[in-house]
Order: sequence, then structure tokens, then C-alpha cells
Amino acid sequence: MTIEVSGKSYETDEEGYLANLSDWNLELAEAMAKEDGCDLTENHWEVVNFLREYYDEYQIAPAVRVLTKAIGKRLGKDKGNSKYLYELFPYGPAKQACKYAGLPKPTGCV
Amino acid sequence: MSDQEASQTSGVIKKFLYVNRRAPHGSNYAQEGLEVALIGAAFEQDVAMAYIDDGVFQLKTDQDTSEIGTKNFSPTYRALGDYDVKKIYVERESLEKRGLTQDDLMPLVYEDEDDDWEEKPMINLVTAAELQDIIEQSDVVLNF
Amino acid sequence: MLHTVNKSPFEKNSLQTCLRLSQPGSSILLIEDGIYGALKGSDAAANITEHMQERRFYVLGPDLKARGIDKSRLIDGIEIVDYDGFVKLAVEEPKVQSWM
Repeated sequence: MTIEVSGKSYETDEEGYLANLSDWNLELAEAMAKEDGCDLTENHWEVVNFLREYYDEYQIAPAVRVLTKAIGKRLGKDKGNSKYLYELFPYGPAKQACKYAGLPKPTGCV
Repeated sequence: MSDQEASQTSGVIKKFLYVNRRAPHGSNYAQEGLEVALIGAAFEQDVAMAYIDDGVFQLKTDQDTSEIGTKNFSPTYRALGDYDVKKIYVERESLEKRGLTQDDLMPLVYEDEDDDWEEKPMINLVTAAELQDIIEQSDVVLNF
Repeated sequence: MLHTVNKSPFEKNSLQTCLRLSQPGSSILLIEDGIYGALKGSDAAANITEHMQERRFYVLGPDLKARGIDKSRLIDGIEIVDYDGFVKLAVEEPKVQSWM
């Protein structure tokens, strides 16, 4: 599968996750979100950027429970909870945000 | 499984022990063992890791695969704590046989939620006799 | 003759067999998990130290680096080579035998 952005085509897996991490850019993230009917706000970006940093440090995409806990620690309890994160990413915070972050599907989702 | 299911899985919690006996880069066993353990931990099971034989090399500091063109999954061991894995057992005899000491191993820690997020060491050096008991007391033992 | 060994001496006997069946004067290059055989102070170190007089030993640097083994941890007298050095050794020697 591929996704087209500004006349460029990027390879993805069958679920729309980017095949090459290094292909990622802001425009691509926005295009992926748009396909899901989602407009990326500052709150979305906070999570997406957090995931990119997490991946950079640990070389994995965290499972939702791990993400929730880590967000809580970093951004406060009002953001580190399922309700807040599911409102931002209704398809599942780890899965959906990881996709926009250009990461593989989280470790812990099979 | 969906995120929702993963976060809501409840019920019986079993004691899983992942026994890792292979060196990190010569085969896929090490990386796969680590990923499977993280998946198990995401399901909120009681997960412990054991590193014996050449498996102790997986925890060696300073691994850098940039020149052999494979993914460096060494940093992922540091995520074990985030997945609530708190027990890593390293067999003392295996280390000694290889001329290694605990100083050669990554100083892995977890943050104790019940103790103001204090970082606590995860690696326990154990003797073969101690490891016998740990294996005996586990509900499920998986080998990689 | 150049002999390469790519298995850990703690898991397989490739290094031992290589040393038993290689002639004096041979060059032995440790690659991949074979590099663990070069560790000073390990139970397997005697394999190499006992043959140091009549064989030359090399380890592949990128494989050491991948495994986090610093050169200070190697048995004295083992030479580190990079990929070019590997090619050079293979070209210099008339034959290459890989112990796997």
C-alpha cells in the first residue's frame, strides 16, 4: 500500500503504518490523520511528538498502558488517562497516534 | 487485540518467566524474546526475565549495530521497566564463565509508582541454585 | 589458509574444531558471535591462548562494536580488522574455510 502526499508516494503496510520511519514528515502525518477524518490539534501533536521521542530513545512504540502512564508522568494526570487520550484518538491512542508518528504498530498489539 | 482490550484485560495473572539463552545479534531469538515478553507484560501478566548462558550478552553495555546494518534493539531493554517488568535474573555462573561482571551489564531500572517514582535496579545476580527455585515457582516458562 | 568462525564458543564447538583442524601458520578470523571467543578471562580463552604461537588471530571490529565488546577486553595479541581488512585477508590467503 502507499499514501500520496504532495505528489509523492510513501510505502505503508496493509494497515497504513509507514514502512520507512525515515520517510516521516509533518505533512505526511497530517495527511494520514485527514484520511481518518481527524484534524491534528496541538493536543494531538503533543502525543505524536511524545511517541516519536519515545521511539527514538527505546526503539519501540509503547503499548497503550505504557503510553498512558508515561504521558501522565510527562504532561500531568489530566492528560495521562484513557478518557483524554481516547477522545483525541478514538481508534486507540497508541495505535492511531503511532501511525501519525510514522512508527510501527505498538509492541503489545498483535 | 485493540488498545481498549489491552487496557481492560483482567482476570488471572500468571507468573511468566522468559528464559533467554542466546547472544543478541547472531540470531533473532534475543529480539523476539524481548518483544514477546513486552507483549506479555502489556497484558498485565507478572513477567520476569532470566538471562543465562550466552543470553547474558544481551544485557552488555555499549552495543552499537550501526556498522553491521541491523536494528539496534539494545535500548529496548530499558523500556522493560515502563512495561512493569521489575525482575531480571542474571545467572552469576554464566557471567563468570564469560569473563564478565555486573559492571558490564546495562544498569536497568524501573520507577516504583508506590515510592514516589524512585528508580530501582531491576537486575539481580542469582546463582544456579537460586534460579532453580525461580523456575520452579513460575507458572509459565518460555524459552528463547 | 584463512579460517573464519562465526559461532560463540560457549554455545558451539566451531572454534575448538577449527583450531584442531587448522594447520599451524593459519589465520583465524572471528566474526559475528565468534568474537566472543576473543574475550579475555573467559572459560573459552584458553582455546586461543594455547594456539597463539603458531596461528594469527583476528576479530571483525564491527561485530565487536555491535556486541559492546571493547578492545581492552580482548586476549592480548588478537588483531582487530574492519571489512576492508577482512577482504584483504581473504585475498591474501589462497583458500577460505568457514566454520559455522
